[in-house]
Amino acid sequence: MLEINNLHVKLEEEDKVILKGVNLKIGAGEVHAIMGPNGSGKSTLSYVLSGKGGYEVTDGSAILEGAELLDMEPEDRAAAGLFLAFQYPVEIPGVGNMTFLRTAVNAQRKARGEDELSAADFLKIVRAKAKALKIDAEMMKRPVNVGFSGGEKKRNEILQMAMLEPKMCILDETDSGLDVDAMKLVSEGVNALRDAGRSFLVITHYQRLLDHIKPDFVHIMADGRIIKTGGPELALEVENNGYADILAEVV
Amino acid sequence: MTVMPEIEIEVREGVDRETIETVNAMAGKYKYGWETEIEMEFAPKGVNEDIVRLISAKNEEPEWMLEWRLTAYQRWVEMEEPDWAMLDYPKIDYQDIYYYASPKSMEVKPKSLDEVDPKLLATYAKLGIPLQEQMLLAGVEGADEPRRVAVDAVFDSVSLGTTFQAELMKAGVIFCSISEALREHPELVRKYIGSVVPQSDNYFATLNSAVFSDGSFVYIPPGTRCPMELSTYFRINAENTGQFERTLIICDKGAYVSYLEGCTAPKRDTNQLHAAVVEIVIMEDAEVKYSTVQNWYPGDENGVGGIYNFVTKRADCRGDRAKVMWTQVETGSAITWKYPSCILRGDDSQGEFYSIAIANNAQQADTGTKMIHLGKRTKSRIVSKGISAGRAQNTYRGLVSMHPKAKESRNYTQCDSLLIGDKCGAHTVPYIEVKNNSSRVEHEATTSKVDDDQLFYCRSRGMDEEEAVALVVNGFVKDVLQTLPMEFAMEAQALVAISLEGSVG
Repeated sequence: MLEINNLHVKLEEEDKVILKGVNLKIGAGEVHAIMGPNGSGKSTLSYVLSGKGGYEVTDGSAILEGAELLDMEPEDRAAAGLFLAFQYPVEIPGVGNMTFLRTAVNAQRKARGEDELSAADFLKIVRAKAKALKIDAEMMKRPVNVGFSGGEKKRNEILQMAMLEPKMCILDETDSGLDVDAMKLVSEGVNALRDAGRSFLVITHYQRLLDHIKPDFVHIMADGRIIKTGGPELALEVENNGYADILAEVV
Repeated sequence: MTVMPEIEIEVREGVDRETIETVNAMAGKYKYGWETEIEMEFAPKGVNEDIVRLISAKNEEPEWMLEWRLTAYQRWVEMEEPDWAMLDYPKIDYQDIYYYASPKSMEVKPKSLDEVDPKLLATYAKLGIPLQEQMLLAGVEGADEPRRVAVDAVFDSVSLGTTFQAELMKAGVIFCSISEALREHPELVRKYIGSVVPQSDNYFATLNSAVFSDGSFVYIPPGTRCPMELSTYFRINAENTGQFERTLIICDKGAYVSYLEGCTAPKRDTNQLHAAVVEIVIMEDAEVKYSTVQNWYPGDENGVGGIYNFVTKRADCRGDRAKVMWTQVETGSAITWKYPSCILRGDDSQGEFYSIAIANNAQQADTGTKMIHLGKRTKSRIVSKGISAGRAQNTYRGLVSMHPKAKESRNYTQCDSLLIGDKCGAHTVPYIEVKNNSSRVEHEATTSKVDDDQLFYCRSRGMDEEEAVALVVNGFVKDVLQTLPMEFAMEAQALVAISLEGSVG
């Protein structure tokens, strides 16, 4: 599904190198988790993959189903099937959540040469999906993320993901700021989307989330590289001993 | 804020999609920049007493009107152009402008629109303005209950005609050009003209008083709800010509009218002057809604060409419980100088001002309102949304004045500015005067930027950059768009997006 090769990234404005050769291969239907200490480059990886400005790729590639992501505009990456659930979803005052979602869905459909969804069809689908995430009609009318609680914002990200039906989903610290119940709700939402044709890259600090969203592989990232890869047990090891042992081991 | 019923929200969601489609289709072109090639008759360039006499004669006006104009002209000659606004433009040569330009075919006044030169009618058809009574305003097709809109079509210095006059007359409503009103209802015009915006109110209004050539006249009799929306469409076509229109609306006791105004002009690399006056008189328990979508040619990216728009608009709530609502969407013009105001004279009268002002590229806007509270328990509300992009400067200038007798009056002002890019400016200049101790004035102001995070968020969901900007900006102006009649809301929403084309990236 996604193949990242030797990815080197620096900040555009400063001489600061953040990713120093990331290699990662994610097969169709797989769930990969990336853990690592603060500043290791996890969020940068998610931003670079989705095309956020401010970064310069100095080397390497990221191929999504045969197509080079790094050459594409962010909207084209989305239409190609990439989705990033933001760690800090952005507020857009005055734009109804429903309007936003419908504009996004139809923009992608249009980019892929598909017909736009009619208002009625769209409403039917969105209502069913919102219900599963306990998002009520009132929340759909509110402006995008404005005045949403932490949990509401993250549930809203998952709703967008469910509506856009991407192939490659990146979850950037989706568990941050969530209480136990909200985490459960969000995880259920993600698990409902697990499918043989859809892959996930879950970025997290805590093993907790991985109790709910069971990964096939766990990677440890430090100083801009993936330094260790293992199964779910690797996350438990981090949970119990922190990163110090792993870091020491690699150095 | 009004809570919109669900059905209406659904419609507006449809509008967003349309906006985006329109934006994509237009690719940044000013849609109305073409010219109608037609034989014109011009008065000699420049302004003097003879020109004033000529305009008055062309309109076959009564003697008192000419005297009034001449007095205004004499005052104007003594006045100086104001320079307090945050606007920067070269000195206007008032002697290098045509003050009267009329299609030759209008020399013999057509009895009805059927007799008007087809070329002129085609101009309005191309602009999407219905001049046949069976036609509907563009954009309402497929609406549940198509609404009819009466139109007065003003082309350069003259009104071509007014639709639905006979039907409106049945309800007692007079809707015609002001030149026609001066011939058919001189007593009404004489009673009210200059009673809201005095002859020598300001430099531009005084010039207008001397040389106004046409405009619209509306009279709604007591207790009458005007059976349809009224509108005037102003088109400047001729080169080097100023448009000086005068609109007078009288809404008698307990009456109601909603009036719309639209304007466009061809693309030219010289500046053109537009100095209009609008006066509204509102009696006891009457209500007037006045909406403007101003889309004069804004000039090119480098600030060459465009309309200089110096406009005086004022409503006088003369009776108790009278109500006025101004809504303006100002997207065009190189220079906008405009402060639609409310004189809240009657007790318990209300004034509202909702504004969207967009300045892109080299456009400059200095606009706002004046709320003059004279009566007891009068209320006013100001919601201003200024958007600046490119190198544009956008100023909100507003006065809220509570006079000693305006006991227990209230004002609420919300003034939001949105910046796109880092070369533009937004300025807020509120003036507040409170001369009694039982009134309340609230002022809130914010300035924000369409930030990269918002755009990236939209784009990561599949919208391209233009769509993303249109979405964010439409969100910003939503409160104001909702105050417009539906047909105008759609047009305005599309315009907002188009005016900001090329403002990012």
